[in-house]
Amino acid sequence: MTDLARTPRRVYLDHAATTPMTAAAVEALTGQLTSTGNPSSLHASGRHARRVVEESRERIAQALGCRPGEVVFTSGGTEADNLALKGLYWARGRPRILATAVEHLAVLDPLHWLAEHEGAEVELLPVDAQGRLEVEALRAAVERDPEAVGLISVMWANNEVGTLQPLDRVVEIASEHGIPVHTDAVQALGAVPVDFAASGVDALTLTGHKVGGPYGVGALVVRREVEVTPLVHGGGQERDIRSGTIDTPAIAGLAAAVEVAVKAQADEHGRLAALRDDLVARICAVVPDAVPNGDPDHRLPGHAHLRFPGCEGDSLLMLLDAQGIECSTGSACNAGVPQASHVLLAMGRTEDEARSSLRFSLGHTTVTEDVDALVAAIGPVVERARAAGVRRGAS
Amino acid sequence: MSGGVDSAVAAARAVEAGHDVTGIHLALSRNPRSYRSGARGCCTIEDSNDARRAADVLGIAFYVWDFSEEFHEDVVEDFLSEYAAGRTPNPCLRCNEKIKFAAVLDRAVALGFDAVATGHYAQLESGADGLIEMHRAVDHGKDQSYVLGVLTQDQLARSLFPLGGSPKSEVREEAARRGLLVADKPDSHDICFIADGDTGGWLTEKLGGSAPNDGGEIVDHATGEVLGTHGGTVGFTIGQRKGLRIGRPAADGRPRFVLDIEPVSGTVTVGPREELRIDAISGIRARWCGTVPDRLEGTVQLRAHGAEHRARVEVADDGDAVEIALHDPAEGIAPGQAAVIYDGTRVVGSATISATARRLSGAGR
Repeated sequence: MTDLARTPRRVYLDHAATTPMTAAAVEALTGQLTSTGNPSSLHASGRHARRVVEESRERIAQALGCRPGEVVFTSGGTEADNLALKGLYWARGRPRILATAVEHLAVLDPLHWLAEHEGAEVELLPVDAQGRLEVEALRAAVERDPEAVGLISVMWANNEVGTLQPLDRVVEIASEHGIPVHTDAVQALGAVPVDFAASGVDALTLTGHKVGGPYGVGALVVRREVEVTPLVHGGGQERDIRSGTIDTPAIAGLAAAVEVAVKAQADEHGRLAALRDDLVARICAVVPDAVPNGDPDHRLPGHAHLRFPGCEGDSLLMLLDAQGIECSTGSACNAGVPQASHVLLAMGRTEDEARSSLRFSLGHTTVTEDVDALVAAIGPVVERARAAGVRRGAS
Repeated sequence: MSGGVDSAVAAARAVEAGHDVTGIHLALSRNPRSYRSGARGCCTIEDSNDARRAADVLGIAFYVWDFSEEFHEDVVEDFLSEYAAGRTPNPCLRCNEKIKFAAVLDRAVALGFDAVATGHYAQLESGADGLIEMHRAVDHGKDQSYVLGVLTQDQLARSLFPLGGSPKSEVREEAARRGLLVADKPDSHDICFIADGDTGGWLTEKLGGSAPNDGGEIVDHATGEVLGTHGGTVGFTIGQRKGLRIGRPAADGRPRFVLDIEPVSGTVTVGPREELRIDAISGIRARWCGTVPDRLEGTVQLRAHGAEHRARVEVADDGDAVEIALHDPAEGIAPGQAAVIYDGTRVVGSATISATARRLSGAGR
């Protein structure tokens, strides 16, 4: 008997970690698995594969409001973030990089690396208690020495608490000084309207497995006018920015998923927001001292992030897992050692508060029964986790 | 589940016995990355991954629990302060007493679990009085009842040691048969938080300016003559022979051993081997596995994997302290070590050695 088989039905409320592939994506992906042909080859098989890739690129461009030539396929969100940050930093040769303190580790870690090894002056900008960038802090930071700023990176929406960032204001400030803006839109795509051209950003990260597509494929959408130093050298694929044999099946799956997700976005937004609001309201009715984290006005529709005072997030997660309910503490893992979330700490929470939070993220397969199951389980689970107490905080 | 072969097989046996088992790996290092290359500790990333893989093979849920703060305060800090005071502590007993069968057990029970099962080699049995008795493992070479001698009846009642009835070779074979990839992993022997095994170097670095002294004299036990100096008592152990760097040989040409360490003055007393022999031990902080005896004719074990010594034990201070009279002298026994008291194969209790003496000559220390 396997771990998964121990409970009959899994209530999957961790779509922000990864979401099931949509039928259209599975079909597009599997349809290409048995075709032979390197898209870079000149013969008929190669031309066929190239056609699939380029049609996929066009469909993604159509869905995102960008030009096909602006889509650079990568192995996923982390690579796209690395490419944007390192590629723009090296291409522009200016020392300062500005980002929010609540970026994903796929942004923060490359920035720390650039600071440590490449002389970058990284400034992490504060957010308010809801996790939203303090725009005036960004303005002040830029105006301190705008010429020295190589790029600004601000995520479209936060992966933990779901807060949407004021990207239009970021672009406005950056454009006054001609500074390129990168945004990690991994969580936003399919959840809120994402239009590359209209947003005014210069580079945008997306990944397949968060929008119902395959793992291991994503893209950096980057304006043609923006120079990016490549990280991976080789055969010169993808505008010479990202070498490596092009993964035709994965890209076909990605395109199908993006198309479906963008088409369904408006309807899904309403459906998920209603489910999420119901979930939060009913949890708070059962656990009256539960405190929602995040911005009530500017947020993703499927994110519910709550603090359960007196509980260890890890205890809650384990107890829910034992009942077949899957969620996340939203914290990064270092050798499996749970750390207090840097996002919640940046929002001004204490270590204990940060460690007593859970993220439930809803997605395209979530139904009312999932919310019902969670609401039915949460009361006793919180009670038991409270009895287990909070572990000693880091001194 | 440490990531080693013993806890993996213990978990497998608990599953097979019909228990609903969840695998827990303890994160005990505050900075796991610093131990990454050490590889012999119990807190490396590789060990965590090995434990996870074993849980996968067994089909059980698996989590990492972070007890690094508790471990640091209750085990590492205690280890340091004991050494600073000139004593020689055993951190494994301390960890079992404060972490594995206390903080971890308490959390587990609060979360709805009934017991903690570990890969320790010891046996639990129900006694005639209805209490749980702990006995030495069948495999005396692997027996770990010594480091469990601090457990009380409440703790034993919520413990499972599925390996106590098996020799180690059988456990390794079983691991291989069950497809547990850790079957060939070497046993760990060192103190888990000292990655390179250099206890002296680690202590010197950690204690730094808070070391009790930064040097002192090495003195002959009989004449009081100063034989040399040293750079600090940290790392000296009673019974130690090597590394004293005394230029002059003893008058009788025989090797000299550390007999006593005075942490405040930094004085290290040395003398011949027979001066190490003691037959009276005072113990404090006694812990009892079951009923507290008044007195006992049994055996004591004075270090991990050490010999059994026949002894008479008198219990004092309402069970808080013991006076142990050894039938035959023992050598190199240092304050801070644990004396674990046995009645046959049964663990009766334990105490921390506070002083040793020689009854016959009266030359107590």
